[in-house]
Amino acid sequence: MSKTANITLKINGEDITATVPVRLNLVDFLRHDVGLTGSHVGCEHGVCGACTVEVNGDAVRGCLMLAVQADGTEVTTVEGLSDSGRSAALIRSFTARNALQCGFCTPGMLASALSYIDAGGAADKAAIREHISGNYCRCTGYQSIVEAICDVITENATTEEAGA
Amino acid sequence: MKAPDFDYARPSSLQEALALLAAGEGGAQPLAGGQSLMPMLNFRISTPEMLVDLSGLPELRGLEQTPQGLRIGAMTRYCELEAFPDLAKIQPLVAAALPHIAHDAIRNRGTIGGSVALADPAAEMPAILLALGAVISLDGPNGPRDVAADDYFLGYYETACEPDELITSILLPKIEPGDSFGFHELVQRHGDYAMAGVAIRSSGIAPLAGLRIGFFGVADRALRVTALEDALNGTDGTDIAGALSHLSEIDFQGDTKITAETRAHYAGVALKRALKEMLT
Ligand SMILES: Cc1cc2nc3c(=O)[nH]c(=O)nc-3n(C[C@H](O)[C@H](O)[C@H](O)COP(=O)(O)OP(=O)(O)OC[C@H]3O[C@@H](n4cnc5c(N)ncnc54)[C@H](O)[C@@H]3O)c2cc1C
Ligand code: FES
Ligand code: FES
Repeated sequence: MSKTANITLKINGEDITATVPVRLNLVDFLRHDVGLTGSHVGCEHGVCGACTVEVNGDAVRGCLMLAVQADGTEVTTVEGLSDSGRSAALIRSFTARNALQCGFCTPGMLASALSYIDAGGAADKAAIREHISGNYCRCTGYQSIVEAICDVITENATTEEAGA
Repeated sequence: MKAPDFDYARPSSLQEALALLAAGEGGAQPLAGGQSLMPMLNFRISTPEMLVDLSGLPELRGLEQTPQGLRIGAMTRYCELEAFPDLAKIQPLVAAALPHIAHDAIRNRGTIGGSVALADPAAEMPAILLALGAVISLDGPNGPRDVAADDYFLGYYETACEPDELITSILLPKIEPGDSFGFHELVQRHGDYAMAGVAIRSSGIAPLAGLRIGFFGVADRALRVTALEDALNGTDGTDIAGALSHLSEIDFQGDTKITAETRAHYAGVALKRALKEMLT
């Protein structure tokens, strides 16, 4: 029982040990203590999705989890998704489709889009729209984002067919 | 905003957790998935002296089909329930409702126990528990006890679970051959809390029998209207105008989104649509 805690976790493949105030949330820890400012902070109550990161492979809200709850987990941020190449196809199609303007929502959009694609989501625009309904974008009007995600799924299917 | 200052403990047994809650004398609050509690902390609506993290309690884990039905450990996350093999066959109502609860990223951490403990009047799970006649298992300083869903939801965020008790598991009774289920909710945007919704179980469809209808997003809590169920039992569910008059028993609440009158109308619409889908 304490107001600070020692935590050890893997962030983007790197082992990190830190002492954190227990009230500190995960996304603030990532941004301010670890220096990974790719994840953004908008609403701090779970509705905008800008803070979405992966914890043990699941997309979660970084603002709705305490850093101390991430003790022993593996966290992947937008920086990690990019470094490992997992988001490469999405980054290309987001650029091609102009699926970002200010870019504030983009890290969360990429994490959410990836969880849809990795789960085998279909190239169905209505389903994609439903999936990203938890991520706000105040610039693009979503159309281009939905199309960018859809493009990647279609592309993957074509590549798989060609490979088969 | 940022969460206020608090102490934090992660006990490794139920007994230890209950002792911490008892010692906290109301100042200690359980933390499950945090998907409702963290927003309340960040807004400083909730200012506990201590959070008791339930993630290390083996007693609150487990998800299994037993002869009595599906036993859901309180710390089971929505996403784990969604992934349970054959869920659509074992508990079709739950399978139908889960995609409507918040968004993937919330369901990846939010727990069934947390939703039932919070008892948000607009949440889906409480109404489902009412429709299925679920049993909620609690443990506390006076020992374990089971509470039927019908006796559990008492008022606005008020339940039969005392501040020094914990939900350990929830039992969804096994469905019987011939059981039918209906679910419908009206929302402004996919994943939002419902403006009105219903979860229905019936032991037959021609005619309807043994109906249990859980309404959510209508009043201070999830609730059933037995007079309405009685009026529909024995009918084919197509002419429901008379039964709908019993909706007046509900003390519909208005909020910043919609008035109580609109909500009353929506409750009828949700019921009609759910029945129609069930019967076709
Ligand atoms: C953007 C957003 C949208 C959402 N949309 C919906 C929606 O459409 N429908 C819906 O139903 N919910 C919705 N939710 C809420 C979500 O379902 C919550 O996860 C759930 O209500 C609480 O579960 P939790 O495990 O996160 O509990 P926590 O937030 O950790 O706890 C909730 C409360 O329950 C208590 N508690 C937790 N576990 C126990 C236990 N075992 N015994 C006793 N007390 C306990 C805590 O002390 C706290 O008071 C939404 C949340 C967000 C952020
Ligand atoms: S900052 Fe976390 S969802 Fe908005
Ligand atoms: S690009 Fe600006 S919020 Fe989405």
